Amino acid sequence: MEFIFFSASLFLLFVATLHYLLFLVYRNPVVPRVARFSLFLALAAQGGFFLVRTLGGGMPLGTSLYESLIFFSWCIVLCYLLLTLKYKIPVLGAFVIPMAFILSAAAALLPNKGTGEIPPALKSYWLFIHVPLSFLGDAMFVLAFGAGVMYLLQEKQLKSKKPGVLYHRLPSLEVLDSINYRALTIGFPLLTLGIITGSIWAQYAWGAYWQWDPKETWSLITWLIYAAVLHGRLTVGWRGRKAAVFSIVGFAAVLFTFFGVNLILKGLHSYN
Amino acid sequence: MEILLVGLSHKTAPVDIREKVSFSERNIGEGIRALVECPNVHEGTILSTCNRVEVFAAVSRKELEAARREIAGFLAHFHNVPLTELEPHLYFRSGEASVAHVFRVASSLDSMMVGEPQILGQIKEAYNLAARERATGEILNRLFHKAFSVAKRVRTETRIAACAVSISFAAVELAKKIFGELEGKTVMLIGAGEMAELAARHLVGSGVGRVVVVNRTLERAIALASAFTGEAASLDELEDRLAGADIVISSTGAPGFVIDREMVHRVLKKRKNRPMFLIDIAVPRDIDPTANDIGNVYVYDIDDLEGVVQANIKARTQEAAKAEEIIAGEVRQFLDWRRSREAFPTIVKLRSWAEEVRRAEVEKTMKKIGNLSDADAKRIEALTETILNKILHPPVSRLKRAAHRGEDGDLNEMVRKLFDLDE
Repeated sequence: MEFIFFSASLFLLFVATLHYLLFLVYRNPVVPRVARFSLFLALAAQGGFFLVRTLGGGMPLGTSLYESLIFFSWCIVLCYLLLTLKYKIPVLGAFVIPMAFILSAAAALLPNKGTGEIPPALKSYWLFIHVPLSFLGDAMFVLAFGAGVMYLLQEKQLKSKKPGVLYHRLPSLEVLDSINYRALTIGFPLLTLGIITGSIWAQYAWGAYWQWDPKETWSLITWLIYAAVLHGRLTVGWRGRKAAVFSIVGFAAVLFTFFGVNLILKGLHSYN
Repeated sequence: MEILLVGLSHKTAPVDIREKVSFSERNIGEGIRALVECPNVHEGTILSTCNRVEVFAAVSRKELEAARREIAGFLAHFHNVPLTELEPHLYFRSGEASVAHVFRVASSLDSMMVGEPQILGQIKEAYNLAARERATGEILNRLFHKAFSVAKRVRTETRIAACAVSISFAAVELAKKIFGELEGKTVMLIGAGEMAELAARHLVGSGVGRVVVVNRTLERAIALASAFTGEAASLDELEDRLAGADIVISSTGAPGFVIDREMVHRVLKKRKNRPMFLIDIAVPRDIDPTANDIGNVYVYDIDDLEGVVQANIKARTQEAAKAEEIIAGEVRQFLDWRRSREAFPTIVKLRSWAEEVRRAEVEKTMKKIGNLSDADAKRIEALTETILNKILHPPVSRLKRAAHRGEDGDLNEMVRKLFDLDE
């Protein structure tokens, strides 16, 4: 059952990705509708996956790399769909949804697809608060990253004075900048709460709020980067290009916190 | 029924001919009434713009030639122009070509400025007028509604309408790509040239809220500003005023830069980096082109804009090819609809006649047999139905196939006569 839900979601994400990319070159209003519809179904299928896992095994959120990847993918799809309620720009999907697909596909390639063993000390409902907050925050940063890349592409089109196909396809700089800003203003508080709840949980579980575990350190670095962009934006008008570049750098930090820490630096947050 | 088009356009007639046969708001209603009075015209619509006068009519297929003469005669007679003067400029289209023509006109592919948006509105108006005069029927209604939806498809699926091919429209398009909505934005004119004024007019038409005119002589600035109900300022105030301007159009006759890189730096700081679009249409240039390297500043000079226009013209040709493809598909669909529509009544009549015969005979036989189990009754029904369907299958599918190939006319008539379907 679990496998069916996961395979369905992977297939639907593939269909959505394909259609969003197709929409970059092929202007047919049916194409983004197909993409959006598959995305809703994918969200439901992934939801089904987690439901089945919870009913069967207890605490499936992010206890193994396999689950983390799928949960991250689910958060990205959810945040994208929420954001598109305000910004009706299907082109954004071409820069965000492939990420959700790649994460899910990576999960499918993992040899160990089980639920991770969590030490008894960590068996707590803090898991259900700390993990979703952090992942939703990260998902918002994926959106900020997508909008940032689009901003840089469109800016390049305008600065070079040789508008090509992308110039017509991409939305205005103003809109891209505001998507970027909105994603950061939602993502940053989520990340902050994720770190705070994690720290409280750590106090319960390990008896210390903070112990410079690599995941903690890198989360803090990520937090500082995004704090810097938001601060610069509100005080000295770091908008447009600067904000876009920073959200790309910030996203690299997010990725490293997620993958690098797990695969390279071993610590308390590493998966089995 | 056949769709017939008789008309002339900027492609076939010079303006002195076009103006002689164009209809005005005042006399177009009268024109439509006169048109449908022609004995062979069953439905009619007149499209009259400054670039074309076209008459669309639904006419009987057999009377195509007669209808054609009638409509040409109507145009000449209504406007008191000798037919011989008109005839060399007239074109006629019927069948597939007429459908394709209507779709192309509505999609602005036949316009003098390909992609210009006004033509669709003009066709809608022409159609509504004819509909109000009750001059349109099933065929033209369907044709025009289809034309509107085709035009919409072309607009959303190709970039034909988005490619600005004049410098001032290209400027508006660029501004929209930088600022998104132009509502609430401020445009500043430096110098009071004619071209700057034109570009400003387009920007105001696209929603720009405030206009500031800066000029060496204040009187001239005030005069131009009043045309936009804007504000005027002298050149000394330039830098202060720049901080409030999102779009700047500069066209002074000054020999050096009016706005240099350093000034842009300072102004941008004051604006907290809110983007600026600086358009320099002066020769020699007014704005330091290296200011384009500053973040959130976009400097376009006259050559840059011309380059955008050239790229758009190129893109538009490609887009036009895509649009033609869409239209070809839609034309095919429309013709299929019409053909199956024409064969349809014959098939329905044939089937219902045969069914009537079957029912009557089955009932008669059932009565004679008397006590029949339900299962046996059902078997008799099924048997007779199968016989009927098998016998009717070849003629019905032959009719359908002929309809799709467009050879319906003769076969239809033959079947109707053979089975006395018109009685």
